[in-house]
Amino acid sequence: MFVVVGTVPDREFPLVHGTVKLAGELVLIGDKAVPVNRGTPALLAASILATETLGIPAPYAFLVGDIGYGAGSRRLYKYLTEHLHEFDIDTLTFHYIQPIAHWHDKLLAVIDAIRGNPVLIADAGFMYAAKMSGFAERYDLFTPDMGELAFLAHESAPHPFYTRGFILHDEKRAPELISRAYAHKNAARNLLVKGECDYVVHCGSIVETIDNPSEEAMEAIGGTGDTLTGIVSALIAAGFTITDASVCAALANRLAGCLAGPTPATTILEIIAHIPASLKETLAARELPFKESNAIP
Amino acid sequence: MSLLKYFTPKPDSVHDRNDVDSGILIFDSTSEVIRAEKVLKQNGWNIRVMGPPPQVRTGCDLVIEFPLMEEMNILRTLDQSGIIPTETAPVSSPLLKPVDIYTIKDFGRHLMVRAANMKITIDKNDLTIVNISGGGCPDVPYLAHEMTGKRLHEAPCPKDIGHTLCAYALQLAYEEVERRCSL
Repeated sequence: MFVVVGTVPDREFPLVHGTVKLAGELVLIGDKAVPVNRGTPALLAASILATETLGIPAPYAFLVGDIGYGAGSRRLYKYLTEHLHEFDIDTLTFHYIQPIAHWHDKLLAVIDAIRGNPVLIADAGFMYAAKMSGFAERYDLFTPDMGELAFLAHESAPHPFYTRGFILHDEKRAPELISRAYAHKNAARNLLVKGECDYVVHCGSIVETIDNPSEEAMEAIGGTGDTLTGIVSALIAAGFTITDASVCAALANRLAGCLAGPTPATTILEIIAHIPASLKETLAARELPFKESNAIP
Repeated sequence: MSLLKYFTPKPDSVHDRNDVDSGILIFDSTSEVIRAEKVLKQNGWNIRVMGPPPQVRTGCDLVIEFPLMEEMNILRTLDQSGIIPTETAPVSSPLLKPVDIYTIKDFGRHLMVRAANMKITIDKNDLTIVNISGGGCPDVPYLAHEMTGKRLHEAPCPKDIGHTLCAYALQLAYEEVERRCSL
């Protein structure tokens, strides 16, 4: 089972879990509907279309409402520590959740007891928690942007507030920051660094950089980092190696943006609609096994 | 540690009078910068939040540029609020000039203002916020959800509904868009 854990930017949204579906502009989970704007709903929408394209089951999500203050996240942490062991999980992606180190550690202990050793992916708030807890190396993939990479690279910063480079990005420093993150054991085994140039990293070595295709208007569009994490998670869930999945996701995400013919007012949903075509094209170009017959029409 | 070690004075260096007359306050954490900015503005000081000069390796992502003549008064104001900068330095060399944290991109119909890592894009015809991008802080999806699709003056201010460093950067971008739209 491919599982995504995250939050919805709605204070009243209850804690729900279930298989997700995409219906127009909404992600459906149980009897609840979430608009795809950005954040975890955008990740899920990208994952749903990617899994459909790859012919594997749609993601199973655990969601709760949280507008960034952490009340919903705490309920979600508690629920997961009590119930996650009941699920048969092979790929587990954590996204926008309030970074709370002690809750992270409790949850990681539960994950370690899950049979089959699921692939662990972390982005956004949960990635901060993994670094703050000192357990970054336990993860298979982090998907930081340049600012988040600066936070990972800082050997002692307890919070992004203390990180030089968190909000003032310097893309030229990516290789140096990647080295520092690994030197101080603050990186997952693999990194997919999102930026003007995407870096695919395996065990500290940059194995590929991707800066094409590129559209200037994409810089203005919110949610492209979320969709990238959604695509790479789906590819890993489909059995691709993390390196292949990262390269293909970076390419497919960029191509989906181009296919949308973006303007600065383009929404992330308009880009997500092009993920099936961009993913097929990318897999074919990379000569990676994609079985059209398996794809759900 | 003094910042003076980071540069070699150049008697013939060219910089405008404003540079000569300004200084920078350096802090360990951007949360202290945000508090200091608030206190100093409340007290009527003419200060600006900037990026640190490339030569300054200490401190966080932001510095405060202030009128050097008022250094003692400004430090006293901060001290009374319990905010102590780790270092104060005159902008006495181009290498110590703080950097602008804003980037403006004019796409024709749309205008994008970037402040540090956060970007806000508006439709110039009706001032509708068409996109908010950047940042991975926990409140970013909520900020984007609450602000996108609304006109600039009808949208909530990031400082009123957000609380992270990304929200702060978005507030700076929001204020810069407002300033440009009111010109």
